[in-house]
Amino acid sequence: MSASVAALAAEPAIESPRRRAWRRLKRRKGAMVGLAVIVALVLMAVFAPLIAPYDPAQQSWSAVRKAPSAAHWFGTDEVGRDLFTRVIYGARASLMAGVISVVLATSLGVPLGLTAGYGPAWLDLIISRVTDAMLSMPFLILAIALAAFLGPSLSNAMIAIGVTATPIFVRLTRGQVMAVRTEDYVESARAIGNPRWRIALRHILPNVAPQILVQMTLTIATAIIAEASLSFLGLGQQPPAPSWGSMLNSAQRFLTNAPWMAVWPGLAIFVAVLSFNLLGDGLRDAFDPREK
Amino acid sequence: MVQLIGRRLIQLVPTIIIISMLIFGLQQLLPGDPALVMAGEERDPEVIEQIRRQYRLDQPIPVQYFYWLKGVATGDLGESMRLKEPVARLVMQKLPVTLQLASMAMIIAILIGIPAGVVSAVKKDTVWDYLANILSLWGISTPNFWLGIMLIFLFTVKLGWLPASGYVSPFVDPAQSLKTTILPAFVLGNAIAGILMRHTRAAVLQAMNSDYVRTARAKGLLEGRVVLRHALRNALTPIITIGSLEFGTLLSGAVLTEQIFSIPGFGKLIVDAVFNRDYAVVQGVVLVTSATYILLNLVADIGYILVNPRLRTS
Repeated sequence: MSASVAALAAEPAIESPRRRAWRRLKRRKGAMVGLAVIVALVLMAVFAPLIAPYDPAQQSWSAVRKAPSAAHWFGTDEVGRDLFTRVIYGARASLMAGVISVVLATSLGVPLGLTAGYGPAWLDLIISRVTDAMLSMPFLILAIALAAFLGPSLSNAMIAIGVTATPIFVRLTRGQVMAVRTEDYVESARAIGNPRWRIALRHILPNVAPQILVQMTLTIATAIIAEASLSFLGLGQQPPAPSWGSMLNSAQRFLTNAPWMAVWPGLAIFVAVLSFNLLGDGLRDAFDPREK
Repeated sequence: MVQLIGRRLIQLVPTIIIISMLIFGLQQLLPGDPALVMAGEERDPEVIEQIRRQYRLDQPIPVQYFYWLKGVATGDLGESMRLKEPVARLVMQKLPVTLQLASMAMIIAILIGIPAGVVSAVKKDTVWDYLANILSLWGISTPNFWLGIMLIFLFTVKLGWLPASGYVSPFVDPAQSLKTTILPAFVLGNAIAGILMRHTRAAVLQAMNSDYVRTARAKGLLEGRVVLRHALRNALTPIITIGSLEFGTLLSGAVLTEQIFSIPGFGKLIVDAVFNRDYAVVQGVVLVTSATYILLNLVADIGYILVNPRLRTS
């Protein structure tokens, strides 16, 4: 008895898939840098009033288009607002748009994908055809058209981006469900009389969740660029509220005299998008069953 | 082959019908009375009534859709409220400009992305591989409108080498046309180069581990020939697909790039239409872009078959 207990203790502990993924992720320097930057950006957005040295809407006619200095680290804009402050506050719009639109796309796309993959064939046909049609419309053009018809505002931009990104999650979830629906554990669940919805939610969904998480991370990067693009065009965040995209729009007009106005918001978008891309790539590798 | 293309075309019919429903449905998103929204500042009841009649807004939605679809099928995409010109004519005027830009961007993307991907795969885990990966991440993560602004600052404001805006047709002055389009084409091509590089790297790496590459090496072929004639040729199949699909993405990217460089193409047409509440133009541009995208998908499918002999014979 004691010998078998000792033998069991000597056996290497079985690693849970989540723990294994985290171990693999930690080995990827790029992904960890991405994660650290994302955490820093989130903290920056949440604690913006504590970090920012000025009010983001505070204008100063004596400090119009001032180059970076000790008083204004990133310089000032065309009405004397502090750019460092506005870049910090701008993170709120970008991250919020990135996360909320992707959460919207996931909450619409995943149930639709599950239904298409595991529901009746006629529903699959309808959902798949609509998904194909939406994927045939270029992402940004569809988002612009939706935002234009809904009206310019940050919340409408988020809805437009979320709806446009939904088919990505429908197709991904459907594909993953199709791949696992004939697995033994799904067949067993069906054999013991589980209803379809329970099999889909309790057995299939947890197994396709890692791929959805990877896609969510990568789509947040796309959504941040899309929000910045819509705000750049005047269809997203409305002035005077700061957004990296709208800051670039006004910077364009003062490129000759105040190039710093264009540098910082653009760099902020680049860093945020790069971080989500690095994390997404790392997560994809970490969840890849072929990886050690 | 012809049969296959025919089958693909038939499969496209439901997709196109659903797209037309979605685009028509956009109009239903307008808050309040669409006729009032379309009229904008105009408050003359007669004008509003005329808009209502012109767009059949007084009729049930399925009837409106039927007439709209009938118009689209005969090439009538409606009329621009601002420019008082048929949308189809406006689109046909602007499309060649965007296609020129997108083609140049694709050439730039291919010239950067494919060699970088091949080098990255062949020199895996060396400094060249890391450099190529950085190049790819840069391309994927840089917002193209920011890159455009920065390039204008460098090449126009600082160096004075290239114009910041404007467009000259290549049929009028090829040299000047190149000068006005090279920056926006580079901006557009930059992102696609990153994506092409990633896919080329993955495809070449997979091909390099295959039996036919081992056989080619065993025959004593030079490594360069093995990579270019055997590995890359077989790796081209997924690259062509991605390339064709990304050509559609270029049409999206052109929206902001044309805005920044004031190029009178498709992208600028939709942005101007959005700001002037010229909804028929917005619908027309989305429809034509989607149709182009679908066509490119079809071209990708055919290209796929042409470069892959196994698919050709099956």
